[in-house]
This record gives sequence, C-alpha cells and structure tokens, in this order.
Amino acid sequence: MSKMPKWADAVLIPLISILIAFFFSGVVIWAIGKDPFVAIKTMVQGAFGSTQGVGYTLYYATNFIFTGLAVAVAYHARLFNIGGEGQATLGGLGVTLVCLAVPWPHWALALPAAMIGGALFGAAWAFIPAWLQAKRGSHIVITTIMFNYIGAALLGYVLLNVLKVPGSMLTESARFPAGAHLPTFHEMLAPFGINFNKNAPANMSFLVAILASVAFYFLIWRTRLGYEIRAYGQSETAAKYAGINPARIVIIAMLISGALAGLMAINNVMGEAERLIDNAVEGAGFIGIAVALMGRNHPIGIFLASILFGFLYQGGAELAFWESIPRELVVVIQALVIMFTGALDNMVRVPLEKLFLAFSKKKEA
Amino acid sequence: MSVQNEAGRQETVAPTASAPAIELRGISKAFGPVQANKDIAISVAKGSIHGIIGENGAGKSTLMSILYGFYKADSGQILINGKEVHITDSQAAIAAGIGMVFQHFKLVENFTVLENVILGAEDGGLLKPSLAKARKLLEQLSDEYELSVDPDALIEDLSVGHQQRVEILKALYRQADILILDEPTGVLTPAEADHLFRILEGLKEQGKTIILITHKLREIMEITDTVSVMRRGEMTATVKTAETSPEELAELMVGRKVLLRVDKKPATPGKPVVQIENLRVVDEQKVERVKGVSFEVREGEILGIAGVAGNGQTELLEVLGGYMSGTGKILINGQEIDLSGKHSNGQTRRARGISHVPEDRHDEGLILEFQAWENMVFGYHHAPEYQKNALLMDNAGIKAMTQKSMDKFDVRPPNPKLEAKSFSGGNQQKIVLAREIERNPDLLLVGQPTRGVDIGAIEFIHQQIVALRDQGKAILLVSVELDEILSLSDRIIVMFDGQIMGERRPAETNEGELGLLMAGITDEKTEEAGAQK
Repeated sequence: MSKMPKWADAVLIPLISILIAFFFSGVVIWAIGKDPFVAIKTMVQGAFGSTQGVGYTLYYATNFIFTGLAVAVAYHARLFNIGGEGQATLGGLGVTLVCLAVPWPHWALALPAAMIGGALFGAAWAFIPAWLQAKRGSHIVITTIMFNYIGAALLGYVLLNVLKVPGSMLTESARFPAGAHLPTFHEMLAPFGINFNKNAPANMSFLVAILASVAFYFLIWRTRLGYEIRAYGQSETAAKYAGINPARIVIIAMLISGALAGLMAINNVMGEAERLIDNAVEGAGFIGIAVALMGRNHPIGIFLASILFGFLYQGGAELAFWESIPRELVVVIQALVIMFTGALDNMVRVPLEKLFLAFSKKKEA
Repeated sequence: MSVQNEAGRQETVAPTASAPAIELRGISKAFGPVQANKDIAISVAKGSIHGIIGENGAGKSTLMSILYGFYKADSGQILINGKEVHITDSQAAIAAGIGMVFQHFKLVENFTVLENVILGAEDGGLLKPSLAKARKLLEQLSDEYELSVDPDALIEDLSVGHQQRVEILKALYRQADILILDEPTGVLTPAEADHLFRILEGLKEQGKTIILITHKLREIMEITDTVSVMRRGEMTATVKTAETSPEELAELMVGRKVLLRVDKKPATPGKPVVQIENLRVVDEQKVERVKGVSFEVREGEILGIAGVAGNGQTELLEVLGGYMSGTGKILINGQEIDLSGKHSNGQTRRARGISHVPEDRHDEGLILEFQAWENMVFGYHHAPEYQKNALLMDNAGIKAMTQKSMDKFDVRPPNPKLEAKSFSGGNQQKIVLAREIERNPDLLLVGQPTRGVDIGAIEFIHQQIVALRDQGKAILLVSVELDEILSLSDRIIVMFDGQIMGERRPAETNEGELGLLMAGITDEKTEEAGAQK
C-alpha cells in the first residue's frame, strides 16, 4: 500500500520544500531592508539570463554532480561519506600530476589520463577510512571528516614544497600545458553556430558528469555489484546470509565514491583553473551531501539538485555583486534550501500524505 | 480444567447481570484504503478470560492499540464497567484500569525489577517511598499468584518468562483490572507457558478480566472462557470455548476448511546428505553456543530440532548456511566443508546444494526495501542464468522467473514489482521458500518456517516442505513451535544449552516429554529450570 504516487514523492515534495525555503529566504531579505522580488530576479537573471550566467551555473553544477554521485554511491551501502571535500582535493593533486607529467599534445589524450589520475587519488584517499571501517570498525563519518583536514594540509604542503613554481610568490602549481586545455562550452558550441560566452568556465567535464550519472545508474540498478551494495546498505545481516562479504562491499563502495569525488578535479582544476591552487574544491564536497540528499540518491535527482545548487551559487554571487546583499546571506539561503529539502522533509511529507489519503478516499466514496 | 472453567464462569456471570468489564460497540478504524477494524463489537464479562484469535493482519493488534490509546478509533464506543470512556492515550487506558502486556516487552534492561515496576508511576520526586511500596506489593502478589520475581534483579539477567511476569506486575501495580496480553507465549517454553496460564487463572479468580490475543488454537482451547474470531478486520464470531473445537475456530479464522495436521506418508530415508560431528560454535562474545553436537540428516527425511529459542539452534543453522564459523566436522554428500569461514560463505554453501530459509525473514531472508523480483534471486544473484552479459544482470528475465514462482507458490498479490515489505508475513515467507525450494537443493535448512505466518499459509508451507522431502531431499527443520515439530518431523532432536538432550520419534513422544527435554531436565522440576537461564 503506497500512500502517495511516486511522482509526488520525487517531484512534488522537493518542489514544495524549495518554495518554502525561498519564502523564508524572502523574509530574511526583506528583514534586512531589501526587496525580495528584486533579489530573486537578480539571481535568476544572473544564473540563467545570459550564456555567461548559464556557463557559471553549469560549471558549479558539474562539481556538484560528481560529489553528489560520490555521496550517493556510498549512501546506497549505508555509508555516510563526508570526505568528498578531501577526496576531491586529492583528486585535484592527481589530475595536476598527470597534466604536468607530460607535454600533452591534445586534450582527448589528456582527459582520460587526468580522469584516471583524479579518480585514483580520490579513491586512494577514501580507501584508508574505508579500510578502517571495514576491518577495524572506526566510524566512517569521523574518519572521513578527519581526512578532509589531512587532505587540505597535505595539499598545502605539496603546493608549497613540491609544485610551487620556483621564484613565484603564489602557492599554486605551474600552468598546465596547452594540450591539456579542455574545450569550454564556447569552443564546443562554436561549430554549431552557437555563440556561448567566452569567459564562462563550463567545459567538457559537464558531459563527463552526465556520462558518470548514466554509469552510476547502471552500476547501482543493473549490475551484481550494485545489487550487493544496495543489499548491504539495507541489511548487513541479510547480506551475510546471502554470502555477500560486508568488508568487501564497504571498501569497494568507498573506492567508487572517492573516485567520483576525485573526478571532480577535471572540472575545477583541469577545466577551469588549469593549474592547482589552494582550496580549489571550495566546499563542493559538502554541497554534494545536500545534493545527494535532495536528489534521493538517484542520478536524475542529483542532476536536478546540482543545477539548483549551481543556480544558488551563481545567482548568489550575482546577488552579492549587484544588490550589495552580503555574501553570508547567500549562504543563509543555501542553508535554508538544505534544511527544508533535507532535514525537514517530513514537514512537507506528512501533511501531503494526509492530503493524498483524503483525496483517494473521496474518490472511492 | 474445563469443569473448573465452567464453574468459574457461572459464578461470575450470575452477579454480572450488571455490566460487562469491557464492552466495545461498533469500533471501526481505517488506515487509508485499508479497513483494519470494521464495526467491532465485543463484551467481556468481569472475571473471565476472553480470547481473541485471528490471522496476521486480521486486525487484532489494531483493536488492542485502540483499547490502549495508541490509535483513535474512527467511530465506536468503549465502555468500561458500563460507563463510556474516551481513551486518548496510554495514560487514559491505565486510568481506566487497562493494563497491557506487549509481545515485545517494554522494559529497561539495565534497571532492576522494582525500578521497572514503578517507572512512570512514581509517587513523587524521590524514588524511595515508591520503591518501598512496590516492594511490599510485589511480595504480596508473589504469594497470591505465583508471580515470584526477585525485586532487585536486573531485567537483563532474567529469563524471558520472568521478564513477562515483570510486565504483568507493572500492570497490576497500576491497579489494572483488565489485563490484555498480546501473543504472550511466543517466547516461552511449554513449562513457562503453563506457569503463565496458572498465573492468569489466579488473576481471574481474584476478579480480574483478561483478554488474550493469540494465534495458537491450543491456548485458546486450554484457558479461555469465551473466544472471538477476527478475520479481515471483522469480528466473525464470538463463541463459548467449551462449545467449539479447534477445527471450527480455524475455519472461522481462514474462511475455509483447514487441515490442521500435516498429511504425509511415512519417510523412506536414503543415504545421509549431511553428517555433523562434534560441532562447536563460539559467538562474538566468546560464548560457546553449540557444544559438541553430532547428528545426520538423510535423503527423504525431515529432521526436526526442537528447543526454546536461543539454545544454539540459530548458530547451528548459521554455520551450515556458511555465515558463522565453527569447529568440528561437517560432511555434505560425503565431502567435508569449510567451517573456519575463511573459504566459504553463503554462496559457496549454495553451490554445494544447501538452501536456507532463515529464521528471521525480515533481517536475513529478505531485503524488505527490495522488490519481490530482487528478493527472488537474493543469494543466487551470481548464478549464470540471471546474468544478461558479463556486466549486467538479466532484470527482465528475473522478473519473468519471479512471476512464475509467485504463481506456483501462490504468493499474493502476484506482483514481482511490489516491495517485500508490502506483503503479509505468510506471503513473504512464501517468497523465501519459493526462492530456496526452486533451486532444487540437496539439503534444505528451514528455521521457524511459520513464525508470524497465518494458518492458511502454514498449511501450504508445510505441504511444500513435505513435497520436497518426498522428492528425496534432506530437510533440517528448526522450530520453537512444538506442534510444528511434532507434525512435520520424521525424527526429532531436542537442543538445550547448545547440546542435544535426546532424540525421539514423533509417534513415540509427546509435548510433555519434549517440553521437559527442552527445559534441559528429565525430572519434575521443570518450572525452575525453565525459569533460570
């Protein structure tokens, strides 16, 4: 007996939650003496009103798709991977080492190699907490958080002592060779006669993110491994009964999760900065948690949630720029969205279920 | 005993020309489209024991939840001693004199008996006066009703039977006049159950009214004065127990004639399929659970293992099923299998021809969130016939196979895309059974095949197990239901404290004898041994 049709669960609840979040955001904006309607208009226009805006929105969204998928794959095994931030940081290091190792002749060669580098480093960073969880029972939430800090410190050390260009004052690596430059939307769309803004950072990685989403779907719902991951996530005792090795699933799920987070680096490091800088991840690892939560750990949901958060990032930046609304307030808006879509899910769900129930009863009568 | 009941009832019925202790009128409750209770009416006389029997999902628990204030009825009245009461929560139920003993006890494990008894009913901020009062009352009650429990013992140190007594004491401490017990004997040994029934008889003599919810016909026949039968949310009949029979009650419950005994031919055992020698199992807490057990199961026979839950049967099944390690020797079709757990798991065991219907279908046998078709290959998901290619599973093929199995095993509704949690207990069990039997195993391990399963499905499940035996397969049955062990097994061994207490033939033994063995003793002091863990 299902209380609600599936579409209501998947679409209606998040939609209502977002509207409530926006309502309260409006109240907050109004409270500091600004016009909420102007604010929302600025945000929408800033994020979708120009190809430059769209380019930034999709650039952010690409980051969130990767980290969102990373959180989701672990979550299917009931592992809460909070370490996306650190894994993406290390992924950046992997991508950088690959890009700087060889004078790449063409991006088509550099991209797969960089993907392997980023995925490997991200997976390696997830492996240690995974192993500790599987073999020693150390809680993965604690260890992955700790590894975020270790990752940040490690990156700082490597940038300063290994990758820094001698004589430079900047804590950043050398610029990647021109052959490692990923086509931006401007370059990708020009052959089709579409004039996309030149400065927008959205690039090839967006397509890789979409491919990763499709692969994610097949992995989780079509393969034996995905079946075992989901089975383990639902019940460890049942998994044991079925002959599924819990330690193996924990480690494999975390490796895939770390690899996906590490893959993010092809977007922010290789696609945008084209060099490794400090704190390149900018919290995308944590946004991935919200994105996975809101997207119900399904690639389509994650995609849509990523676009939403891309919009919040980009629109928020515009808001801060044009309306002199403090940047902190934009964070408040993001927090409200996370709170209403994630934490306060039942606040919308329960009344809505009752509504559907009353409605179906009426129809019967 | 029935004569006593008869007399007892006459005594109490005559003066209660006044009002019944509890009366329900037209109680209805719906959960969405499901009508859990429909126009329920009962009237229970003061000082009598009233049974409510029905299959799972018949609405018994809903009705009791309404009586105890967990749910609010959509319509209807509740009258206590002739006066209408509104039971809005459990506090109101207690105030109305209703006490409830739940199937799953609601006790604080690391509190003492006394602390549990006064919990939520303290007289003031300081515990000492309440504790003293409770201690006095407990002494008094233990004399009156054989309700003896050490007031200073921690709950976690008590046996299940004693924990249940604490629940009863809790209700009596709150001055309950009407005591509702939900499936009280599910976890008890036969001796403990008998003791419980003596307590209930004693309470009845003191004028308490008792409502007993159960699905066990035998208990209804043994102890109740009147019995109501529920089916699909409705009260189909209320009869005097003395004027009915188990067969009639079963028919009223299911809505058709039911075979209560298993119809089977004598076994013709062949060569041994599984031989176990000196098996020992130590659990994670370093407690030895199985202490040197040896036996064998042959082709074409059902070996039943009787015993109170927690005496090593579970671990025995888990070692055979491949997900617990042990020491000793197990041969399957003459070949030794790995017991260390290093080279084996559930899947290697399945490859050896061992299928396993686990005791706990919610936590082991099924993934409740998975759809039926996903559950239908659970544990066999590596089998080549379920793969589409090297990477992907053949989901469409599995769905088609599931549809066939569901039809064959009469799973209702036969919808492969329904989540396992949406099926009733009996139908869930049929899914597990279909999965395991359809693999055509040499040895079928079956743990508690009919726990939480309704009578109609029990009949079907028993038939399937016997049919597999008749194909010459070996079956190892573990059950805490003595009825089931006695009617299904060709041979019975009784386990107590990790050891085999004895072997019997079903035709040459009875519940009394097995009950003694299950309590670990062979003399008359059944009760005390049963109570001590």
